[in-house]
Amino acid sequence: MTENSLVHKHRRVVEISHTRKIVIGVVEILIGLLIYFIFAAKTSGESLTKFVMTPGGIDQGQLSDWILPSKITLIILAVVSLLIGIYQIIKGFGKWTNMQIGICSLFLIFSFLVWQAADRQLNLAGMLSSAVLLAVPITLGAFSGILAERSGIINISIEGMMLMASMAAAITGSVTKNPWIGLLGGILSSVLLALILGVLSIKYKVNQTISGTVINIFSAGLTAFISQKFLQHTQTLNNPKMFTRVPLPGLADIPLVGPILFNQNIFVYLMFIILIVLQLALFQTRWGLRLRAVGEHPKAADTLGINVIRTRYMGVILSGVVAGIAGAFFTLGSVGRFDEGMTAGKGFIGLAAMIFGNWMPTGALGAGLLFGFADAIGSKLSLLGSSIPPQFMAMAPYLITMIVLAGFIGKGQAPAAEGEPYEKE
Amino acid sequence: MSKQKKDIGQEILKEINQDDLQSEHHKKPFLGKAAIPLLAILTGLIIGGLMIAITSQSVYTAFGQSIGKGFATAFSEVGTAYKALFNGAIGDPARMINALKLGDAKEIRQAFNPFLESLVQATPYIFAGLAVALGFRSGLFNIGVEGQLFIGAACATYVGYAVTGLPAWIHMPLAFLAGALGGALWGFVPGFLKAKTGGHEVINTIMMNWIAFRLTEWLLSGPMTRPGSGGMPLSPIIQKTAEIPQFFPSPIRFHLGFFIALAGAYFIWWLLFKTTWGLNLRTVGTNPRAARYAGLSTTKSIILAMSLSGALAGMAGAVQVLAVNRSMALGLSSGYGFDSIALALIGNNHPVGVVLASILFGTLRNGATRMMVVSSIPIDIVDVVQAIILMFVAAPAIIRSIYRLRKPKQEEQQVFLSGWGGQS
Repeated sequence: MTENSLVHKHRRVVEISHTRKIVIGVVEILIGLLIYFIFAAKTSGESLTKFVMTPGGIDQGQLSDWILPSKITLIILAVVSLLIGIYQIIKGFGKWTNMQIGICSLFLIFSFLVWQAADRQLNLAGMLSSAVLLAVPITLGAFSGILAERSGIINISIEGMMLMASMAAAITGSVTKNPWIGLLGGILSSVLLALILGVLSIKYKVNQTISGTVINIFSAGLTAFISQKFLQHTQTLNNPKMFTRVPLPGLADIPLVGPILFNQNIFVYLMFIILIVLQLALFQTRWGLRLRAVGEHPKAADTLGINVIRTRYMGVILSGVVAGIAGAFFTLGSVGRFDEGMTAGKGFIGLAAMIFGNWMPTGALGAGLLFGFADAIGSKLSLLGSSIPPQFMAMAPYLITMIVLAGFIGKGQAPAAEGEPYEKE
Repeated sequence: MSKQKKDIGQEILKEINQDDLQSEHHKKPFLGKAAIPLLAILTGLIIGGLMIAITSQSVYTAFGQSIGKGFATAFSEVGTAYKALFNGAIGDPARMINALKLGDAKEIRQAFNPFLESLVQATPYIFAGLAVALGFRSGLFNIGVEGQLFIGAACATYVGYAVTGLPAWIHMPLAFLAGALGGALWGFVPGFLKAKTGGHEVINTIMMNWIAFRLTEWLLSGPMTRPGSGGMPLSPIIQKTAEIPQFFPSPIRFHLGFFIALAGAYFIWWLLFKTTWGLNLRTVGTNPRAARYAGLSTTKSIILAMSLSGALAGMAGAVQVLAVNRSMALGLSSGYGFDSIALALIGNNHPVGVVLASILFGTLRNGATRMMVVSSIPIDIVDVVQAIILMFVAAPAIIRSIYRLRKPKQEEQQVFLSGWGGQS
């Protein structure tokens, strides 16, 4: 078999066990019942939900507001969820399973919004816009995970790399007063950690989960140490210039999509660029084939003359580069200064997004957007004066992560040789 | 017929574990298994010292004057810091000797208080370290100790203040058990998910951590808030009857919990190494394939091990609330969750090792508090040192190459952990 014919054989067969299929269907029916008996039942027939469609900060691509009759919308969503669930139990969706679960989750979220915003108004476009921004570190974290894991190295230290990068970006960005150098500083610090991970896991064959934990503890400790010793006394070290929003000419004029996707800062565009590059590189190039071969069957790859050790180092270092960009996002693209523990588990959620997205860049983006959306709801709903405590809303992304992991991880999807050190014979 | 089959399985199991036992009997000379951890700790402290010197302003000023002066200042800075660490963790030697000479009981207690305080700090570490070690022994990586600890502490606090009218000998154990139960529940969920759906416990326990933080934040500022705390996340003070007693009057906090922790360590040792259940658990942990051939249920042992691990973590939170803090606030834990991973690995996942490592970490952290006051070095340096120690313990080859140690004939058995697929 030539390399070229292998290039196109990348689609993995998604196997879904019978029980899993039934459980997914039952959960979807429960979602439908929840929407019907809780959300719809508690909404009066005359209520209207007003979704404001102005994301703010830009005049292009505006839409008029959506006004929906709350109860009818909820009933329709409930019925569709029920039907999807029943079809799932009877026939199943095959390779569209992940997609339809995503849709059902969106229904759940959307109907929750319709219910909460009944008789009130909610800025949906603004929420989507912030969801895209919140999805950036999660999606980039997932890309970082994909790069390492496709080469066979489990990287649970994305969180630590992001944290270190966010601090390094804040410091270098403040000192040089240039966000680009800040971004570079962030990437560099994260790559250093990636090198440590690589040396520990590849050269010393340390259990990869443990070497990842070493890095997580190390960077949590070091960032807190430096923050307390220097940043809190010297404000000039922690005041970087941020990347501002740059509307893309032309694209930003597209109604709805334009202001949400194309009036963002550089990190959002980087996310899309990396997505395209990664998807093409992994599945359409010789380089990607080799990386995947090393992750799936290092012995065979070695026999064919691929340098397994070097390929794995490359995977881990590239993983560090992407994690560095994700970390720099926190200080240069979102908050504007470094706070202790500011990554708040986003690196781990990124890993969940990677698994949810089935180790595919496109899937990871979808999962990242879903998590970002769940994150955005929390902050918006507390503004809406919802009766639900904000802490419960903040739990949503974590709960979704667990449900997703329980529902989606099947056998034979992760790179086969992942987590195993390679020993040349 | 089926009975005979099962017996064969047990035979295979015995054989597998006999290998394990035999290798344990042939211990290496020269400190044996302790050599690597001890050298790792030493190296960690040296690197910590370097960090203190590098981040000190006065060292740079001195280097500006002359190189010799620079080194002298660096050494004196590190010396002052580590002396403060020692005095804060063990006690001032001069004062201790003096107190012993005087023979005044109160003075002796106060001179030795830093050491007792280190044991106080070590107590939750023992529970938390045991939790992680038990998980590792059964092939599970429980990073969720922090969350289990919070939930355990919240449950113990609730029973501690809300239940009234019980005598102390019922109330105190009840509150403690409530903590264990809360932690067990928080461990059960990821265990169940791992066993039944294959959802990896590393991610799930971390998610459960964040859920636990948010949940306790809500509990402490809502249903469990202290009246008059003005919305601050703080619980009421527990009843006198729920308190785990302290042995000495007020400034000395040494309490019964330390001995409960030691009893817990003994219990875990007995469970792991003296019972069939423990044997099965360790087999599942080190060699799941053999365990399955021997007819052991991995599902059951995963769920049980995670629940028990969570219960231990819950006890860590309970003991801290019932014996030391007497009420619960959000600043309950200073990162026990991640520290406990290092503890388990440094202690080689053995209860005795965990207890020793916990006392070491308790000592470090207690001393670091004093070091922070004297030399204004942030306490987080302890985390960095711990990460370095953990790295060296996990990669003994690095330590061996630094100190030119010979490679052991037999590679140490690595903790078994698989990829995301769960039970491979």
